[in-house]
Order: sequence, then C-alpha cells, then structure tokens
Amino acid sequence: MNVAARALGLAPWALRLGLGLPIAAGLAGTLWPALKDHGFQSLTAWPGLPRAVALSLGTGLASTLSALVITFLLIGCLGGTRGFATFRHLLSPLLALPHAAAALGLAFLIAPSGWIARALSPWATGWSDPPDLMILNDPGGLALTAGLVAKEVPFLLLMALAALPQTDAPRRAAIAASLGYGRAMGFVLTTLPPLYARLRLPVFAVLAYGMTNVDMALILGPSLPSTLAVQITAWMAAPGLDHLPTAAAGAVVQLALVGAAMALWRLVEHLTAPLIPALALRGRRGRALDAPLSTLARSLALLIALGLGTGLAGLVVWSFAGLWQFPDALPDSLTLKTWAKAAPDLTATSLTTLGIALAASLAALGLTLATLEAEARSTRPLRLEPLIYLPLILPQIAFLPGLQILALTLGAKGNAATVAAAHLVFVLPYVWLSLAPAYRAWDARIGLTAAAMGVSPARIFWHLRLPMLLAPVLTALAVGVAVSVGQYLPSLMLGGGRVETLTTEAVALASGGNRRLIGAVALMQMALPAMGFGLALALPRLAFANRRGMLAERGPA
Amino acid sequence: MTGLKIDNLTIHHQGAALARLHGHIPPGQVLTVMGPSGSGKSTLLAALIGALPPGFSTTGSVTLNGRAVMDLPTQDRRIGLLYQDDVLFPHLSVEQNLGFGLTPGIGKAERRAHIHAMLDRIGLAGLGPRDPATLSGGQRARVALARTLLAAPEALLLDEPFSRLDQALRAQIRALVFELAATLPVILVTHDAEDARAAAGPVVDAMGNTLSL
Repeated sequence: MNVAARALGLAPWALRLGLGLPIAAGLAGTLWPALKDHGFQSLTAWPGLPRAVALSLGTGLASTLSALVITFLLIGCLGGTRGFATFRHLLSPLLALPHAAAALGLAFLIAPSGWIARALSPWATGWSDPPDLMILNDPGGLALTAGLVAKEVPFLLLMALAALPQTDAPRRAAIAASLGYGRAMGFVLTTLPPLYARLRLPVFAVLAYGMTNVDMALILGPSLPSTLAVQITAWMAAPGLDHLPTAAAGAVVQLALVGAAMALWRLVEHLTAPLIPALALRGRRGRALDAPLSTLARSLALLIALGLGTGLAGLVVWSFAGLWQFPDALPDSLTLKTWAKAAPDLTATSLTTLGIALAASLAALGLTLATLEAEARSTRPLRLEPLIYLPLILPQIAFLPGLQILALTLGAKGNAATVAAAHLVFVLPYVWLSLAPAYRAWDARIGLTAAAMGVSPARIFWHLRLPMLLAPVLTALAVGVAVSVGQYLPSLMLGGGRVETLTTEAVALASGGNRRLIGAVALMQMALPAMGFGLALALPRLAFANRRGMLAERGPA
Repeated sequence: MTGLKIDNLTIHHQGAALARLHGHIPPGQVLTVMGPSGSGKSTLLAALIGALPPGFSTTGSVTLNGRAVMDLPTQDRRIGLLYQDDVLFPHLSVEQNLGFGLTPGIGKAERRAHIHAMLDRIGLAGLGPRDPATLSGGQRARVALARTLLAAPEALLLDEPFSRLDQALRAQIRALVFELAATLPVILVTHDAEDARAAAGPVVDAMGNTLSL
C-alpha cells in the first residue's frame, strides 16, 4: 500500500520523462546530423526547395483558415437548430476516421476515373475513357487542401462544441437577438472572441498537421516537387545513409516554418482582434446576412458530409467490386474475391496494428490515470498541460528523424515495441484530453464521504472513482486506439519497413493501381477504431444496465 | 474524556480568521452551527473532517474520545459525514453501498446480518438489491445515514442534511438521525432555525458566538 502510494508519486515524473525524453532526443538527433554533415548545404542545393516550402506553407495555412472559417460559419449560422444536432451526431464518428482513409476515399471520388467523373460520363462530358487530367495530386496542392479541410472541419467543430458551453453562448445569442441583431452578426460580436480563445490549441494542432503531414500529402498532394514533409520522408527512406543529413536539415527547416506560420497566425490574430469591437461600436444589426450565410453554411456542411460519406462508400464498393469499367457508375458484380485473397495478409497486418494500438493506448491510459490520481491526492496543481500538448503542436517530421537515427543506433529500429513506444508520444495527449475533464469533474464529496468512513485512498480509487468513470475511461482508450491506428510517420520511420500497419500499408498501396485492395485495407483501417468506440459505448451500458444514476452520468462525448 | 472536545479551533485564510469553534460536545448532544451561506460553516466542517483546501490553516486542537484528531488523515479520524445530497455511490446497489461503509474484518455472513439489521432499523427492509437511483428522496437519505453509521464513527457531522427534503419528510428524517445517533456527539450545520430547535442543543454561529433562538 505504501509502495503503491510512493509509485503513484512517481507517475507525474514518468509522464514527464515519457514525453520529454523522446521529444528532446528526437529534436537533438535531428539537429545534430543537419549541422555536422553539411545537411543545410545539400538541402539548399535542392532546386525544389522554394516550391516545397511554399506548398507546405500554402496548403497548411489555407486549409487551417478555411476549416476554421467553416467551423465558425456552421456554429454561428446553424448552431442550436435541429438539423445541426443531427449533423453533430454524424460528425462524431468521423473523429475516429484515420486521415489516410479519408484521403483515399476522397481520391476515389475526385480522381479522373472516380465516382464524380463516372457520374457525369459519358452523357455530360463525352468521356469514354478516364481523362488525362491532374485533378488528384495537382501541382498547386488544391486537392490536398480540400482533403485537409474536409478532415479537419469535423475535428474543429467538435472541439468548438465542447468549448461552447463555457462561453455562455445561448444567453448571449438571446440577448443579441433581443437587441435586434441577426444570428450571424450576434455570434461574431458576442461569442466568437471567447470561443476562439478556447480553440487556439486545436487550431495550432491543425495548422502543424496541415503543414507537415505526410500520409494525406502522399495520397492527395503534388509530387515533383512534393511538400517538404513528403520530400524529407523520401530522403529518410532512401537506401543508404547518404541523404540523412539533407533530411535532417529539411526537418529543421520544417520546424522553423511551423514556428513562423504560428507566429504569423498570432500576428494576424493581434491585428484583426480590434475589428470586432469596432464592428460592435457601429451597431450594424446585419439581419440581411443571415439568409445567404446560412445557405452557404448548409451547402458547405452538405458538401463535406457528402464528400467524406461518398468517399468512404466508394472504398466499400471497390473492396467488393468485380469487373468495374469506366464510365459505369457501379461495378457489374459484387464479389468477396478481394477480401478472400487479402485475408491472410490483412489479418496479420490488422493484428499488428491492433497490438501496437492497444499497447500504446493502455500505457497512455495507465500513465494518465496514475498522474491524474496523483494530482487529485496532492495539494498543488501539477501544471503538466504544456508538455502534454507539445506533441500536438510539434510537427512529427521535426523529431521523428532524430528518433529514427537513435533507434537505429540502439538497434531498436524495426520492431513493434519501438513503434508502440513512439505511438505513445502521440497517443498520450489525446487520451489525456479525453479523460482529464471527466476525471477532474468527479464529485469530490463521494471520495470524502468514503474517506470519512475510514476507506483508504487506494480503495476509493479502485472501487469508487474508476468504476464510476468507466465510460470516459473506455472512451479515452478508444480515442487512443483510433489515434494509434491512424499514425503513419512513426510507424514508417521506426518500423523501418519491417513493421507493417494498416496505415503504412494503405499509404503504400495508394500509389499503385489496385483499388480493390486499397478499399479493403482502408476499410479495415476504419473498422478498428469504429469497433473501439462501439465497445466504449456498449460496455458501460451493459455493466450498469441496472444503475440508472450511472447511465445519466455519461462522460462528455 | 468522552465526546468531541474542541479547543479554540480557528481557521485562517490569508491572515484572517474565517471561522472559530470552542466547546465540549458529550455523546448524545447536538451542537448546531447556524448562519447564512458563505459564513464559513462549510470551512469549519472541512477542517473537522480533514479536507481543507490548500491555503487554509488551523490553530487550536480537537480531541475525540481522548484522541487528538487534527493531525490525522480523514480516514483515521472516525468522524462520519452527511451532506445535503445523499451522495450514494451510483454504481453500487443499496446493499453494496451499506457494505462499503461497514468496517472490514467481519465475516461475510455477519456482514449481511449487519446490513439487513440496519435496513430494518431505517424501515427499508428488503430494498437491499435495489438501484439507489430508483429510491425516493427520503429513502435515499435514510440509506446515506445508515451507510455513515455502519462505518462506526465516533462523532457525526451533518452538513445541512435536511435542506433538500420537503417539509413532511424533513421532520421524519431529522427524528431518525437524532435517534440513531443518540450515542454520538453531533455537529449540525444549518441555516434553518427549525433544525436548530429540533436538535435541542447549544447553537452558535460560524465564529463560535452563542446564539439564542
């Protein structure tokens, strides 16, 4: 008991080390070869550099800004309506959707031989063969930007909806309306500033991801030159170690770019912030804006929902498709052939993926629970949040090269345990974000009542707090599994080609032409997180079927 | 010396004295602390139970049946606590809630007997397997009381335990509490003069000044 209590006191330090050490080692391991072996010289000698830098900045900033504006448009114009509630329920499962699967679905939709072209051919376009158009992988990165927006709007929207109750939005909206303000104008003047302040961290996470992601950029983004992050990954993966310094220098540049973009974002924030009070002072009611803006919001919501929805449906149909010629809208026949042929490999890959996801998520859950419990028992706040959120804002491409070199030196590269350990760094922040609010909101009087009855802290934790928090704990575990399953770069770099996960497999297949197999792998990639969330919903209901008080106290969605 | 002896217990926050209590409560007596909300009553209870938030400090001493308790953790003070809400554990049945309070080291059959005898005493015989969420407010209050008493406390703190109950139920539950706690020193915190009269003991405010009703 005393040993356990002392071990608990070490939990915050374990968490600090578990996050801080890989990040610090990764950054140092990236910087060192970049400086030592003339990495920067060979990087600047690469002619594609300016274009790659511009692509990284352009797609990242454009997609983040669009996703944020659309999020505000949806909440400001449609928030509170019945249709919005339905839309919200449709969105939640999309959080579990891996980026690669969303990108593949979208690719199947908009490619020259995709569903949109098929639907319009030949009657409208006259095409009887797929046209030779660069819709996918367009050099300007438009497809990549669109894909990022479609994937990040659900994320930002759910984050915003979680923060909305803290802004007293309904009462503010009612007051603005009673003063004669239009819905959208009232939202901008009364709710947007405090809401944005609470949304900054997710926005920066979206920005960092948008600028530096590799999986979506490989599937939807341009090539020759590609985005900087994709090029760094290619250098890292090149046989031999000749390109390592160049890759490391690229990673340092990438990190500086993200820092510069965030600084620019803050500057624009600073410059635009006075506009809202100035607008309020003018007293324009803006009633006429409501009709066009809500039409726009509805159309955008529909477009995103349809884009992702039909994209995913496309993956399903392809995985069961028999012969399917252009421009037929549907395959001639449906067959299980693809699944039967892929089953042995797919089973093995799925099991590896699940094993890594469970290992990383359970470790993250254990660390999070132990740290939160240590915090609950200590009298001082621990102030761990900045470190925990660091992996969300720090681009993976900036410190994974260093970690890869480290793992190589230690001989740990290429086994599943190393991959799971790397996943832990990215899984932990999401598990923490998902669990901490519910854990801290637990009614402290219950613990005190039990303590007054002479019950030990350990017994209070295991018999009261943990069972009462079963639903949020399982949800956090499911979030962890979903995040781990979706990881591409850590699996690729630390797996060294020897650890195949569903995501590395799906991205690797993307450049080939086997759409049936891509559909099957992407479907499995979606199925694992979906199963996790399904269990997280069902198990507490089963366990507490006869406890009405537990079903009412569901954790935050 | 039996009972709860409070010797100039004072709670300080940022240099100011927030609440003060002094006196000896023998077993069977109820000391009522009365005052409006925000007057430091709950701070006083938190100090007695051992759950003061950081930043607060206490001076003075408290002994319970001869044991000095202020340096003990909540678990070792043997002071039971009842809130205005019943704070039943929602994931446990009525029986399991009561069992949770019962002191360990008793055999299984004997535990059951204890629990059933207590259910009998509070007029809820046969309701052991029920989900606490399906009980009425009065029934839940009884279970909370029973759970506290099964932990065999040596003193009882009541934090406005009747304020959520309606008028008719209130007198009933109040009578039950005082009847079952007849051998314990009790501190009752309330803003209701009716509660204070029913307690039939001394009445003070949160600074320890004697009040007359």
